This record gives sequence, C-alpha cells and structure tokens, in this order.
Amino acid sequence: MLSFVAQRVVKGVIVLLAIVVLNFFLIRLAPGDPAVVMAGEAGASDQIFVQQLREKFGLDKPLPEQLFVYVKGVVTLDLGFSFRQQAPVSKLILERLPATLLLTLTAFAISLVLGILFGTFAARFAGTWLDTAITIFALIFYAMPIFWVALMGILLFSVTVDWLPSFGYETVGANLSGPAHVVDVARHLIMPAMTLGLFFMATYTRMTRASMLEVKRLDFVKTARAKGLSDAVIQRRHVLRNALLPVVTLAGAHSGTLIGGAVITETVFAWPGIGRLMYDALLQRDYNLLLGVFVICSAMVLTFNLITDLVYRLVDPRIEFTT
Amino acid sequence: MLRSPSGVIGLIILLFAISVALFGPMLFPNSPWRMVQRPFLPPFTLATVPLGTDALGRDVFAGMIFGARVSLLVGMVSTLVALVVGVPIGAMAGYFGGRVDDALMRFTEFFQTIPSFALAIVLVAILQPSIYSIVASIAVVSWPPVARLVRGEVLSLRTREYVQAAVVTGQSNTWIIMREILPNALSPVIVLASLMVATAILLESSLAFLGLGDPNLISWGYMVGAGRTVIRQAWWITVFPGVAILISVLGLNLIGEGLNDALNPRLSREGR
Repeated sequence: MLSFVAQRVVKGVIVLLAIVVLNFFLIRLAPGDPAVVMAGEAGASDQIFVQQLREKFGLDKPLPEQLFVYVKGVVTLDLGFSFRQQAPVSKLILERLPATLLLTLTAFAISLVLGILFGTFAARFAGTWLDTAITIFALIFYAMPIFWVALMGILLFSVTVDWLPSFGYETVGANLSGPAHVVDVARHLIMPAMTLGLFFMATYTRMTRASMLEVKRLDFVKTARAKGLSDAVIQRRHVLRNALLPVVTLAGAHSGTLIGGAVITETVFAWPGIGRLMYDALLQRDYNLLLGVFVICSAMVLTFNLITDLVYRLVDPRIEFTT
Repeated sequence: MLRSPSGVIGLIILLFAISVALFGPMLFPNSPWRMVQRPFLPPFTLATVPLGTDALGRDVFAGMIFGARVSLLVGMVSTLVALVVGVPIGAMAGYFGGRVDDALMRFTEFFQTIPSFALAIVLVAILQPSIYSIVASIAVVSWPPVARLVRGEVLSLRTREYVQAAVVTGQSNTWIIMREILPNALSPVIVLASLMVATAILLESSLAFLGLGDPNLISWGYMVGAGRTVIRQAWWITVFPGVAILISVLGLNLIGEGLNDALNPRLSREGR
C-alpha cells in the first residue's frame, strides 16, 4: 500500500515536471519576445526597459539554461511576478486557492450524491415515467453550457425572486463573524456550486443508471434473490455497491473538467478563486499569472487523481495495490 | 440508427442546424454586427427583428443565424483534426505494441492529465484568438480519448485470422493498418466523434464567452458573454443564444446514442 502510494506520487511529480516544461515553451509561443510581452504588461516598452527585463529574467542566456532556471523557480514555488497585480504569482494563487477548493469540492459532493441518488431511482423504476423524466432531465443538463446555466440561475433566483445573492463570496461590508458568517458564505456558495455540480450530476445519473441495470442482470443478484433477501437489501448491498465502481472511475477522470468549469463559474459569480484569477489574467494578458494558474490547476488535478485512485482501491477490494 | 427515436430526433435537430448555418445567412442577410434598431428592443415586438436587439441595437436573431456557422464549423473541423491526430497514434500504439505502445500511451496519458479547458484557454490566449487557434486548441485537448479507443480496437483486431493472413501474404504494415484493421475499428470511432463534436461546440462557446472567440466572427458564446452584464435589463440577449447551444449539443448527443445503439449493439446497454 505504502509503496503503491509512493510510486504514484513519483509518477505524478514526473508528469507535473513535464507540464512545467510544456509551460516554459508555451510562453515562448506567444507572438514576440517574452521580454516585450512583459514590458507591455508593465505598460512601458522602451528599449532600455526591455533590455533590463531580458537580463533580469535571464532571457539573454541560452535556452537550456533558461529552462533550468524556470524549473528551479517552480520547484521552489516561485512562479514569477505579476506586473499587473504587483505581487508574486504564487502569493496571488495561494490567497485564492481556499475559495476554489470550497467551490469545487462542494460541487463535486453535490453532483456525486445527487447523481447516484437519481441514477439509482431511475434504475429502480426503469421503464416507468420516473425513469423517463430523470433520463430526459439528465440529457438536458448534460447539454447545457455551464456559463449559461449560471446566468439562468442568476436570472431566476437573483433577478426574478431575489432569493440568493448573484455574486461574490460574502456580503461586502457586512463584517459578519461566527455562525452568521458561515451562513452568509453558504448562501453565496449555493448557486455557484449547484451550477458547477449540475453538469456532473447529469453525467453521474446516466452512468449510475446504466451501471445498475448492467449489474442487476448478473448471476449473483439472482442468487441473492433466490436466498430470499429483500429487494431493498439486494439493491443497496449487492447492486449499488458493484455499480458504483465505474462511477468512481468517471468521477476521478472528471477532476480536470471540474477545474475548467470552475473558471467559468467563478467568472460569472465573481467568486474569488483561482478560476476568476485566471480570467483576470486572461483579460489583462498577464501571461506569467495565466501560466502560473495553469501549473497549479494541473497539480490539483494530479492530486485529485491520486486520491480517487486510492478510493477506488478501497471501494473494490478485488484490486490490489500494484501499479 | 433510424429505428431509435433519440437518433431520429437528434438527426432532425442536426439537419435543421446545418441548414440554418448554410442557408440562413442568405435568407436573412441582416449583418449581426450592424445596428438595426434601438438598443434593448424586447423580443416579439417587431417582425423584422423577432428576437429583439442587444445593448448596441444589433439584431439577436441575425446573430443566432450567423453564430450557427461558427459553432458547427468549429465543432466539426476540430473533431476532424483530433481524429487525424488521434487515429494514427492509437493505431500505431495498438499495432506495434511494446516500446512504441508504451511511449505513445505515456504521451497520450500526459495530455489526458492536463486540465483540458485550462490548456485550451492558455493556448488560445497565447496564440491570439482566431478561428484557427480555437480549432487547434480544441483539437489538442480532445484527441487523447480517440487514440486510446483506437488503440484498444486495434489491439483486439490485430490477432484476428484475416489480419494474420495479410501478414503472411507479405503486405506492408501501412497497408494492413489502413485496409484491414482501421475499417473494422471505425464504428466506435464514429460514435465517439459525434459526441466530440458536441463537446467541441460547448468548448468553443465557453472560450467565446470568456472573450476568446474570433473577433471577426459572431458566435453564440460571444453573444451570451456580451449579454451577461445587462442580464437584469435584457434577459433575451443571453437566453436565446444559450438555447441554440443547448439544442445543438443535445441533438449531437442524441445522434451519438442512436449511432451507439445501431453500430454497437453489444455496447448499447453500457452506452446509456
């Protein structure tokens, strides 16, 4: 078990390093000299300043040396400096990380719980109107662009009925503390988390339904029925448990999409996470910050994949801890 | 395919969307960029601008019609490019096996690990938004599943007798892959491709929504993005283009399901 975890961590680190190298070459794909790009960011692009930047960032050195310096920087969590925001990139990202984790993990939990629930219902009542209704809803939610769901949410719940706040992380200037603050943040969290969760909920609903119908036909379920077990026990203990495996696999593979969705959701709801930071970097063509967020997103996805891999092995004892 | 109701509905939707994209701009030549009426004209008030106008007095209906071109074009071309990249990689990995397989699959896994939407954003931002950079970045993030699928198919077909026979008769590897193996691996790829077009349309609209669309082409995602700030005054600017995206993506997903039922009866039970 321990060696399995160690191996996976090492593999993850190698992939992350490869992403960092990719990142290094990406910024050099930008049209023009990176020093000019940075100078443009800083709002001044005379020759002397560009030359200073070139020396400061070692852009006058040969490429392999530049790459080495860059990778060394990332390893020590130095992701460069954002001229636009006048702050180190890593500091900006660390400030925003908790909000993104709160949003994505809540959305993930909502989508998984509701998805499995609806999927189970649909499979349990396969062929009835309930199954049809759930299937149609899942199809529709699966086809909706996240940004549009977000805006429709605002239109319904903030503009039409004014139940939920349409932007931000907390009420500005309210200075709440303790339980009142938690409630305030939760109220702000509902819409972004639901928006982000709905698409994935639709996926898990479809997957759970298909998977349960598949498992239901297997011989061991017949055996359980022959033993005289009640339907509820069969559904829960025998069918659902086995049907969940592909859902867990799918959920693990979705972490990258979840982060991508967070960029959109945070942008629409002005949620102060790294997704919103990425959008700001995009608007201001702040490439250092943009690529920094990209590296951190990749690291998050790798971590998440590792965790789901472990969970998968816990859910299914048949899989041993080998790589 | 025509026997499954979802496939038929999907096909009708797609044919409608394609005809709008092809002939719409001829029938409704209003430029989507030109001011045609007063700003914020509500929908269903004037027959000439049935869906109202946006914040600059531009015709929302015209935008929807011209936007269909961009969405469908980007969706189909980027899927095509992803297939052109993914199919050979998967075929080579599955056919040659061993080290080639290892190397190619590591490469594929690497691209699958990178958060795809974030990579697409970074690529379009760095290459500057244009229809070419958008197609390229969507293709870059969507080819890995193709490669993996093709590899799996090729792996199972490689040991079939008719392929062995081709080897014995001294055919070249290229010939065997192109003429004997790939045609038989095609049906799951077609199913995947139809779903990829849907995903690509969603990706394109999301990029355009964030302001990374081609600045010279109107698209549904751009319209929703532009209407976002005035959603409290004018709901129609965001609602209608979003419905267009929803319906197109839904149609393609339904086609994917229909094709799945028709082409892989073996898999159709899992496909839903």
